[in-house]
Amino acid sequence: MARTPDGPPPPPTVQKLRLRYTKRGPLRFASHRDLARALERALRRAQVPMAFSAGFSPHPKISYMGAAPTGAASEAEYFEIGLSARCDPEKVRAALDASLPPGIDVLECVEAVEGSGSLADRLDATRWRIDLPGVDTGELAAAVQELLSREVVTVAKRTKNGLRDIDAREAVVGAEVTEEAGCAILTVVVRQLTPTVRPDDVMAALAVVADLRPPLPARAVREAQGRLDDSGEVADPLGPDRTMRSSLQEESTPV
Amino acid sequence: MTVESLYPRLEPLLAQVQKPIQYVGGELNSQVKPWDSVAVHWALMYPDAYEVGVPNQGLMILYEVLNERPDALAERTYAVWPDLAGLMREAGVGQFTVDAHRPVRDFDLLGVSFATELGYTNLLEALDLAGVPLHAVDRDESHPVVVAGGHAAFNPEPVSDFVDCAVLGDGEQVVGDITDVVAAWKSQGRPGGRVELLARLSRVEGVYVPRFYAVTYAADGTIAEVLRTRDDVPPRVSKRTVMDLDEWPYPKQPLVPLAESVHERMSVEIFRGCTRGCRFCQAGMITRPVRERTITGIGSMVDAGLKATGYEEVGLLSLSSADHSEIGQLAKELADRYEGTNTGLSLPSTRVDAFNVTLANELSRNGRRSGLTFAPEGGSERIRRVINKTVSKEDLVRTVTTAYANGWRQVKLYFMCGLPTETDEDVLEIAELAVEVIRAGREASGSKDIRCTVSIGGFVPKPHTPFQWASQASAETIDHRLKVLREAINADRRIGRSIGLRYHDGKPGVIEGLLSRGDRRVGRVIERVWRDGGHFDGWSEHFSYDRWATAAAEELAPFGVDLAWYTTRERTEHEVLPWDHLDSGLDKEWLWDDWQDAISEDEVGDCRWTGCYDCGVCPTMGTEIQIGPTGRSLIPLAVVGARPQVDVHADAAVADPVHTH
Repeated sequence: MARTPDGPPPPPTVQKLRLRYTKRGPLRFASHRDLARALERALRRAQVPMAFSAGFSPHPKISYMGAAPTGAASEAEYFEIGLSARCDPEKVRAALDASLPPGIDVLECVEAVEGSGSLADRLDATRWRIDLPGVDTGELAAAVQELLSREVVTVAKRTKNGLRDIDAREAVVGAEVTEEAGCAILTVVVRQLTPTVRPDDVMAALAVVADLRPPLPARAVREAQGRLDDSGEVADPLGPDRTMRSSLQEESTPV
Repeated sequence: MTVESLYPRLEPLLAQVQKPIQYVGGELNSQVKPWDSVAVHWALMYPDAYEVGVPNQGLMILYEVLNERPDALAERTYAVWPDLAGLMREAGVGQFTVDAHRPVRDFDLLGVSFATELGYTNLLEALDLAGVPLHAVDRDESHPVVVAGGHAAFNPEPVSDFVDCAVLGDGEQVVGDITDVVAAWKSQGRPGGRVELLARLSRVEGVYVPRFYAVTYAADGTIAEVLRTRDDVPPRVSKRTVMDLDEWPYPKQPLVPLAESVHERMSVEIFRGCTRGCRFCQAGMITRPVRERTITGIGSMVDAGLKATGYEEVGLLSLSSADHSEIGQLAKELADRYEGTNTGLSLPSTRVDAFNVTLANELSRNGRRSGLTFAPEGGSERIRRVINKTVSKEDLVRTVTTAYANGWRQVKLYFMCGLPTETDEDVLEIAELAVEVIRAGREASGSKDIRCTVSIGGFVPKPHTPFQWASQASAETIDHRLKVLREAINADRRIGRSIGLRYHDGKPGVIEGLLSRGDRRVGRVIERVWRDGGHFDGWSEHFSYDRWATAAAEELAPFGVDLAWYTTRERTEHEVLPWDHLDSGLDKEWLWDDWQDAISEDEVGDCRWTGCYDCGVCPTMGTEIQIGPTGRSLIPLAVVGARPQVDVHADAAVADPVHTH
């Protein structure tokens, strides 16, 4: 007869927390699987009372979403955890931050409000900052102009099924060129479509339209992730939980 | 001297390689000390890929022991994959440590842990990338002293051109002694240069400096004699043995990498050494006597390690974990302690013994019972007497059937082929056994959803074992036996589909055999293979038998010997073996007698239970068996939430191993 686990089922999820963390410095070379392992171990070290799935190989209830690619840094990675006991979100943030290596910094933690919708649905665009050492700012600006003037720019993207042609133009919502300490910087807002258009693909598009080929590797940082608002800006994805939480608190405050 | 980090120059290269995370360091519990704050700098290398090297216990222990010293620092370095190595050569970036990305070239010592001989070419690649001369004789005071350790260092002769020293035995104490010698020599202004430093090191117990020993050869190609070239070095070098393991509870802060590794768990070594006397097993021969950690010492290490790492699984390591004198109680009390915490416990290596199923049941009390591994090693009862790992066929089938009856779905059985005196019939019994196990298992479990995986590899005779004289089976013999076994297993598809067969062809074992029992002349083969592009020899996609065979044929020809001479040739009783001047404590006459007993299928007991049989180790080394039971038990921990909250570290203080002999 098949064995089943003895004892009661694991305690249910009583609270969901949504967290924002970074991938800085050398840790930009971590893959999303590396980060998932690091986060799960840090949750154990920090003794966060995680809720677990049932069965013989219980897994902590964690949802990861929209991971930045290996090699790209990020100021705005998000995940959601389910807890078996209620906790102060700020205390969880601080404890988790303290048990993670420097470079993975937990910046925000808010409680998910029931009925506020899924977090994944609020992550539909990214603002990337791409530092391009050795690239002339004027040349970059011209290339970006050219890219924005096109309807479609086809680039070859490496996927697990081999090289595949994708359109890198449609996802680009807006782009801006600046210069800092002599280094050309491209800030680009990209919609998260399938397949995802990543900084590499944007750079490939610039090579296609204007033969822009940086002499040194580009360095990309995801500055923000969230829903695209009407002005083309990326909105704070934790905003709705914050707003609804504070209005709930106002309602429950005795007059 | 201040040493610059190579990271700024490395970082642009990392964007272009596979799995760059393995090169950036920053593992949990890793440490970086200021360069100028210490006198002695150690780079510790595991000569394989990061994912294989980073969980290595030996390296982790030495890293922590050395970094605890105020006058030393230790950083780690691993074999660099060819994609990055190519970019490093183009950019002029040398072999670096992952901790502070300091150039290996600038360290005082480069310690290399050889768990297997297949790492030799990776040492050469690392030396070359580091800008350190390949040959020890070409190095000067500015170069690191290259120190080999690990089990393969018990015959370091094949790499004696490339290493400055080899260390025999346990490393915990000897690394401190070496540090003292290097610190004193540096503070005195490096008197006598590199040769004087090596002479001083050669007087540290356990340290062998090959250049101070001259090897001459007889006309038939065998070694005539090995003589020291200085009076102030020992005629024979003895291994080191750490006693009272509770006093060395390392690693206290196990490293937790960000990158995926081959062991996604924490390990606690529950005892060191093994006296089961399996005749093929080099580890069991060279790590004697058995020294147990106490149940309370183990409990403290498990608790402290889980708190320090956040791992969800703990492996209780040793050469034969079920033999710990308190294992039953340990398994039960650890299972009690961590019940409901989603912490897994496992015993990695198991003998075929019903008790092992009981233990495994206890450790997986409320977890999944997916796979259980047994290692009968030999296919027939007869060959199991030859290798001294006796278990009857009935007991084997009964044990495995019990496992299926207890809900284990998959049983893995480890075997070797090409053992001394072996015939096709011995190997074919593996098929009979597997068929019987599946038949009985289906009946006992009432399910057809059970599997048996037979994992089989070619046997390689190793130095310091009774089989050191044996003829190694040729690759053709191994491949033939694997073929007939495969056919026998597939003969009945109704049963055969529940049996998996995993095997490697015989060729890599031949090269491992050359390197295991090789002498100094084999160094030219290793160097040639590396020059021809060989490295990562433990990886089938990088290993090239033809490259090794060609190099061996050409480089050994001038000496009148060849690959077969080193591998399939049986040695005679009085032949001078390349490692005879390196003392593992085992009496060579006892080894020979045990070899003769093997041929006549005579078994030998375990000195823990049947009395001393004079293998020679304890009296030669001044050591003794240290086993329990201690009569202690683990204090239950108050478990709050998902993790234990009470630090039981304090009870290590009362740990005092019971000595019996």
